[in-house]
This record gives sequence, structure tokens and C-alpha cells, in this order.
Amino acid sequence: MRYHKPTSFTDASAIAAAAPGTLRFLAGGTDVLVQMRAGMVQPDDLIDLKHIPDVGEIRQTADGGWRIGIAVPGVVLGAHEGLKRDWPGVVEGMNLVGSTQVQGRATLAGNLCNGSPAADSVPGMIAAGARVEVTGPKGSREIAVEQIPAGPGKTNLTKGELISAILLPPRGKNGGDAYLRFIPRTEMDIAVVGCAVNLRLDVDKIIEARVALGAVAPTVILSEAAARAIIGTTLDASALQALTSAAEAGAKPISDKRGTAEFRTEVVGVLARRAAKIAYDRAKGQGK
Amino acid sequence: MAKDELKSGYKLIGTRPNRPDGLDKVTGRARYGADFSLPGMLHAAVVRSPHAHARIKNIDVSKALALDGVKAVVTRADLPTGLSGEDLNLQDNTLAGDRVLYDGHAVAAVAATSALLAKDAARLIAVEYEILPHVTDVDAAMAPGAPVIREGVADYSVPEGMHPNVARYMAFGHGDLEAGLAAADIVREHTYKTEATHQGYIEPHACVGQMGEDGRGEMWVCTQGHWYIRRMCAAVLGIEAANLRVTPSEIGGGFGGKTTIFIEPLALALSKKAGGRPVKLVMTRSEVLRATGPTASASMDVKLGMKRDGTITAGQVFFRMQGGAFVGMSPIGEALPCAFACYDIPALKHEAVEVIANRPKAAAYRAPGSPMAAFAVESLVDEMCRELGLDPIEVRLKNGAKNGSRSSYGPDYTVIGLQETLEAAKAHPNYKVPLGPNQGRGVASGFWFNHGGETSVSLAVGEDGTATVSIGTPDIGGSRASIGLMVAEFLGIPYENVRVSVVETGALGVNEPTHGSRATFASGKAAVEAARQAVAEMCRRAAADWGIDPDAVEWKDGAAHPAGPNAGKFPPMSIGEIGAKMGSTGGPISGHHEVTAEGVGASFGTHVVDVEVDPETGRTTVLRYLVVQDAGTAIHPAYVEGQYQGGAVQGIGWALNEEYVYGADGRLQNPVFLDYRVPVASDLPMIDTVIVEVPNPGHPYGVRGVGETGITPPLPAIAAAVAGATGARIRSLPLSPPKVLAAIKAAKG
Repeated sequence: MRYHKPTSFTDASAIAAAAPGTLRFLAGGTDVLVQMRAGMVQPDDLIDLKHIPDVGEIRQTADGGWRIGIAVPGVVLGAHEGLKRDWPGVVEGMNLVGSTQVQGRATLAGNLCNGSPAADSVPGMIAAGARVEVTGPKGSREIAVEQIPAGPGKTNLTKGELISAILLPPRGKNGGDAYLRFIPRTEMDIAVVGCAVNLRLDVDKIIEARVALGAVAPTVILSEAAARAIIGTTLDASALQALTSAAEAGAKPISDKRGTAEFRTEVVGVLARRAAKIAYDRAKGQGK
Repeated sequence: MAKDELKSGYKLIGTRPNRPDGLDKVTGRARYGADFSLPGMLHAAVVRSPHAHARIKNIDVSKALALDGVKAVVTRADLPTGLSGEDLNLQDNTLAGDRVLYDGHAVAAVAATSALLAKDAARLIAVEYEILPHVTDVDAAMAPGAPVIREGVADYSVPEGMHPNVARYMAFGHGDLEAGLAAADIVREHTYKTEATHQGYIEPHACVGQMGEDGRGEMWVCTQGHWYIRRMCAAVLGIEAANLRVTPSEIGGGFGGKTTIFIEPLALALSKKAGGRPVKLVMTRSEVLRATGPTASASMDVKLGMKRDGTITAGQVFFRMQGGAFVGMSPIGEALPCAFACYDIPALKHEAVEVIANRPKAAAYRAPGSPMAAFAVESLVDEMCRELGLDPIEVRLKNGAKNGSRSSYGPDYTVIGLQETLEAAKAHPNYKVPLGPNQGRGVASGFWFNHGGETSVSLAVGEDGTATVSIGTPDIGGSRASIGLMVAEFLGIPYENVRVSVVETGALGVNEPTHGSRATFASGKAAVEAARQAVAEMCRRAAADWGIDPDAVEWKDGAAHPAGPNAGKFPPMSIGEIGAKMGSTGGPISGHHEVTAEGVGASFGTHVVDVEVDPETGRTTVLRYLVVQDAGTAIHPAYVEGQYQGGAVQGIGWALNEEYVYGADGRLQNPVFLDYRVPVASDLPMIDTVIVEVPNPGHPYGVRGVGETGITPPLPAIAAAVAGATGARIRSLPLSPPKVLAAIKAAKG
């Protein structure tokens, strides 16, 4: 195995583009190192991205959005007052990943590129309308987070491409987001179902919404039907019922060791209702 | 604890001094199985079957042996032939013969100069399989048409017409069952199922083995019983027991799962092939889950007759249990006697069959068989209490076993504490807390026989009046502290002046493992007898010095005193003074006792649990949990409470989320702690404990053994609480959220 530590994304991209065999990028390493130790993957080239300048930085952009470095660990996100104020749903999703020790290393970019449909930080980012900056052999481009996952363990990034930053949009006024997951235990588990809701209010009425469903399909789903179910409503009982039905209809789960398809379908509706209420309260400036 | 002293009159027993192994463990100084290293040591890895059932057509080790740094490979061809019975079982499980019988079954092992090289070499061993049909479910394994896993396993006891996978049948009972059922106001009958669970000890199996061409060897190993390691390795490898010296490490949990061998003969066989270089072999967690432990899975029919006042008139059970692909591993012989052990019922019939299936060879797990039996019987008792509107504690008080009553399995109970645990549970504040919406309360009792067993202990008095105690039962639950307290109490010296060590196989007579909740009972009893011998010798030394008859000397407060009217007036001679001059008064002073310990006292317990179930997701939260159990005498109450809490937590895991999940291909789907869901700390409330003390007359200080009973009541108690919270009675474990949610929906119609 060849271990690389480039000092720019351009160099990292060039090494990746030239890599002949199995390649892995190393940010926090909480997936890659575990997979290597378990014998699931034996990379020929391992590219450590932590030596690239500013990968550990969180910066507010000129438009009021956020640019998050690809090596920023969960524990730093969880301690960042500005991010927690603007995007509590994104932060709480990331903070559910793993243990305290894992939080010291694990990153948004890694959680996204691991390609798990159950990744806890991904529904929140998608609901928030987050984008990523991708650096590749032809330069860099921005794409929506939901365009990255291609299926379990797979991404749509092409050879030589890698994520060079996570970009969250400006929060703006009267907005709120939330992420909930279902696990049988209280921690140290993988989402059986996840759901993130991001919405904006005009007084009491929802005028914008994005709903992302996790662990109910090969990739996290951005459900436009679920968003439509609550846009224009005050999240009353009938809106919640419509949201539940839309979330259930949008779920295309499998049965596996972590839960049955029937259970996942039912619980994704429950989580959508509960997350929507939290996001609504946050948009009203109530609740945490 | 002042209260304990007042009650007992003991100075040390019942106090809570620091554990002797505590500092070592929190500073990392304690040496566990994987901590041993020797010069020139090799590292080993095991090749395991990816199939549930397959014929081995060929094993090609040439590529592995060609790898630089690889020093030895062993397959079944390297082991002796001609074994039978359990020795053959052990050998078959150590390395597969012509067939692999479960996912994870060992096929070959390789030793190399580094652990990474050994893993690489293991990948280069090419095994050619012919896949055979498999079965993993206990009921499916004995259904018509199920694939026959091994021919000819049934012994004489199996009735004609049963599937060839049925290996054993047993039955017993008493009274007139039909008359008992006829006398009942209601008769109910249901089938209950429990899934296999793993002991889940935090320390994976690990050992270092060394064996020369001459067949003389040595081993350092994490185990509950090193004489078992010695005997089993000797049998599997065809060597003499005396030629293998086994030293136990500190142990990071065992719960019964470390009373047998898995990797140990492989380390020795590899060492012998590698010219006697020591070989270290450490399992990964996935290997532990795939190829060690677990307990049996069970399918159980129960029938009970009850009068409207709660009197149980008759009971009947038929248990089906599988303990893997090896005969004799399912705990039917324990499950049946435990089924009704908490009750005094006039008519009982017990039947059970053992079935083999393509799963790992089951090992003992904390009160083997008793938790499953309790889940079946206590669940049905609870269902009938709810149907008749009866209080579950009152019904157990009414029907419960008492002093002198005949046990459900034959012998008469002497002095037992079941009624006391029920009264204490009834009186506890937890039993009176009002329940909110979606909350329910469950009650269940449980039982374990406890065990005596072969025991050998030595004690030596030091030159400064301290005492060292050598025991052969590895300390997995506080036995060193408890034995130290008992010896110090007996000798009349401070606890800190007694050091208890677990010693190697060459240092004592044969000891059974720490199993059956026996260490504090049996090694403790033998240690007290050894101390008694030493005291007699010290009294003789004092008598000789004083020129009086030894019978005129008595021992108290750590010193010999002249006693009786004609003894004379001599100042007391302390253990320190006697020790200081022992070289000139007759030589070293020691005591030794060996016995197959008798006088075992059973331990009963009663648990009360409150849960809340999320009606929209089926997720269960344990709100409060109470363990009441009879300890006989709690020598070190903090350890006793720890055993109660640990047993309850393992039972909670078994009840709620732990299970072996097999795919259609017969492979274990969840061999990692991420998906094999033991409870984490934040899942649990503080487990409340009440120690009931009904001293065991068969032990000098009243000890019963407390380690196992605690895992027995949680399974039915939690199922009862979930039924109370949801209105849905679930008769199969685990009560995982998908199952509970489906049951809630079904109950609503």
C-alpha cells in the first residue's frame, strides 16, 4: 500500500487520477481504517487529506452560508455556536455518528463518501440544500449533496475526483431544521430509519420545505412529495397525516438484520412527523 | 457496613473493602490473555468456513507455506485420530474433519512471524467446499424433510419416529397430571421461543502456547478453568495431562463461555510444528461471535392449570433446544429442572429434546437453560394472573417453594429464600410507583442450583504473620476479595494481610472451573478449612513453646491464647510471632484442603421491572428495574450487587435486542457488536438491588453463590411489562421494535 499526504486538492486529485488499483481517501478514517482492519478493503493507494491547508476550518461565506473543511470532525461541529444556531439539524445528525471517540475524527465528507444509505449526517445536509465542492482533473465544480451517493458504498464521483469542501447555504429568516433517527438502543448504533426536515415559515405557514429520508432506499431520498405535503400548511393534523403518507410512499426499504421493510416504512412516517414538529418549533424560535 | 456487623457479629464479612485487582485493572497493569509475550513468539490466524454446512474436498496450504515468515500450518490431518464422545466433539470443533458444520467453523490455522503475515497467509490457504443443505432454526431442524446434519446422533433415549437430528430425549415428573389439570378453573397452553445469545464477554479468547517435539508444553490463557484447558487440550492433541502446564491470565468476563476450549489446541499444535517456538493466538470479535459461545435457542410448549384463587394445580412442559451441530451442548438437562423450581405444584410433567443444527457449538452461559425455561413458564404464569386479575407476587407467594418442600426435580429443599425475595419485592417502593400511559410492570422469579465441584486450596502463613491463599478458580466476579475476607475473618487478621492468588495447574490438585456460581462457595469453603488447619498447627506451636497441651490453646483475634483452667498464664502469641520463628519451631506453616464440595445452597430471586413502549415505533425503554435475590450471606455486598446488576443487564439484552440473525445462506449476519445489540450504559436505569440473606447451612459463613440466578427472571419479567404497556403478549424473544410494533398493530386489530 502506498500512503500519500498531498498538500493541495489538485495534487490529491492528480494522485487519485493516476492510481492504478484500489484507492481510498483518508479524512477522519473512521470508516476506512475499520474496513481495512476488518479485511473489507485493502487499498493500493491511501491518500491522507489532512495535510491540505484549511481542511480543519469552518468559515462563514460572504452570503452568510458556511464552508466546512473536509477534515472538520463532529466534535468541532457540535461546539460551533454559529453552525448550531443556523443548522441544528445538520449538526445533530453528524453528532449521532459513533461514539465520543469517533466524534473526534469522523467528518461530514467521510460520512457522505462512505455511501451508506443510513449515514446520519446526510439527510440533514440534503434537507438543508447543502452542496459540495468537488475537485477533479478538470478543476473544481459544485454539486448538490444528493447527487453524490450512488448506492450502498458507491458515489457518483469519477476517477480523480474528491470533495474539497462542504457548503451550507445561508440560513435566512424564520427557518428551522431537524434530524431524527430510529435505533433500538440509545447510542452506538446505525440508523434503522432516518429523517431530516428543513422548512421556512411566513408567520405560521410553511413556505419552503425539504424532507430527506434515510435508510429506506439504496441512497438517501429527497422526497418532494413529502415537502409538498406540508408547504402551505401550518403543520396541522391533516398536514402531518399527508406528510406521513408521503414519507411512507417515498420509502423503498429492504428487510435486513436491522429491521423489516414494513417497520421501516411505518417508522419513516413517524420520524417525518416528529422531525417536522421540531423543525417547525425551531423556525418559530421555540425549542432547541 | 455497621448494619451488617450488627446482624452477623462478623468483623469483616459483609464489609466492602477495595477489590484486590482494582488498581491493576484501572492502571493497565493487569495481564489479560493477549498481554503475554515470549521471546521468539509467533502469531497465528485461523481459516474459518464461510458456509453453514459443506464437505471439505481439498485444502491447499502450499501458497501459505511458501510465504516468507510462515512457520507452520495445521489442519485436521495433524491431529490424532481415534477419539470418541465429548473428546471427539472438542476435536471436531477445534478443526473441522471432512465437513464444516457452521459458519465460522475452523478449518486450518497458520503461524507466522507477525500477526499481519499470519492473516495474509490464512488468506492464501485455499479450501475447496461442496456446499450441503443446512438448517439453523430449532423447530425447522426437527421438522420432516430437514437436512440430516450428522447421521447416527440419536442415543437410546430418543423415541422412534423422531427426526435424525434429534439427539437426546429426557422426561420426568410427579403427581397425576390429568387430575391436576381437571382440578383447575382455567387451563392455558402456549408455545414460547428464545433466540440464541452470546455471553458477550469484553475480552476475546486469547492464549500463548508452547509445545516441543517431546509433547511437553506450557500455556498462558484467558479461561474460567485451566484444568479443563489442560484436560481438553491433552485429549484433543493426544498428550498426557501432566505434560501441559497451564497458567490462567486475568479474565475479562466469561459467563460460562470460557469453560471450554476453542483456539488453545491450535496454538500448541502450531508451536510443536514450528519447532517449539511459542505461538500467540487472539480471536477477533467476529470470530468470537461466529465460533464461540453462544447459548442454545429454544422452542417451548407450556401448559398450566390454575384455580381462580391463583392455586396452580398442574404444569407440563415440552422443550426443544438446539446447541449447535454437536451433541450434548443444549442445556435441556438444566432447563427442565429449572422450569418449575420456584413452585410447589402437585402434578408436573417435564419433557425435552435436544436437536442439532448448523450453528456453533454452544457453551455454558450464566444459569444455562434456566432463562429460557423461566421465559416459558413465568410468562404463562403472568398471562394467567392477568386473565384472572391476580397479583403476580401473591400468586408466587401462594404457590412458591418453601423450606422443606419437594423440589420440582426431585430432592427436598432444605433452607431456601424464595418467599423472602417475594416479600421484599412486594414491600419495595418500586412495586408501588404509579404507572403512566404506555407503561407496564412485570414480575418474575428465577432459580439456579449453584454448584460445589472439585476444589483444592492451599494457604501459607508468612514470616510476618500475613497469609497467602492459592486457589484454582479464576476470579471472574470478586472471589479473591470474598475469599480474602473469609480467611481474614477466620484468622482474625486484617483483610489487607491476606493475598489470594489464582495459581497454575502444577500448584494444586485438580480444580473445576469457576462455573455454577461455585468459586466463593467452594474455594471459599476449602480456604476456610485450610485456614482451620493452619490455625491448629499454630496452636500446636504455641502449646509447644508454652509446654502445655495443644487442646489447652484457643485461637482468637489473630493469636494463640492459653485457655481453660490448667493452661497457665501466658501472654497471647500472635500469628506474626508464630510466623517469625516457624523455621525453628517445626518449619513452614500451611493448610491445605481438597474436596468435592457439598452443602450447596440454591439461590432464588425475584425481579420487578417497569417499561415504557413507544406505541408508534415499538421501542421499549426500561424505566426502573429491581433485583431481589438470596445471597445466603453477602461476603462482599458490592460484588453481590454487581452480580445482580450484571445478570439483570444480560437478561435485559436477551429480552430486548440480542439475537443471532442468520441469512438464507446460513451465515451469521451480525457478528459485530454494532449489530449484535447488547445494551449500552445509556440504555439502562440504575439497577436497584435488595440482598436477601437466608444463610446456607452447608457453608461455614452461609454462602450460596450469587452469579447466575440474576439472568433468569429478566426475560419473562420484561415480556410481562411490555404486555402490560401495550396489551400485546409476545411469546418469542427478542422483543425487538419491529416485532413489538407488529404485535401492537395486531392487538389493535
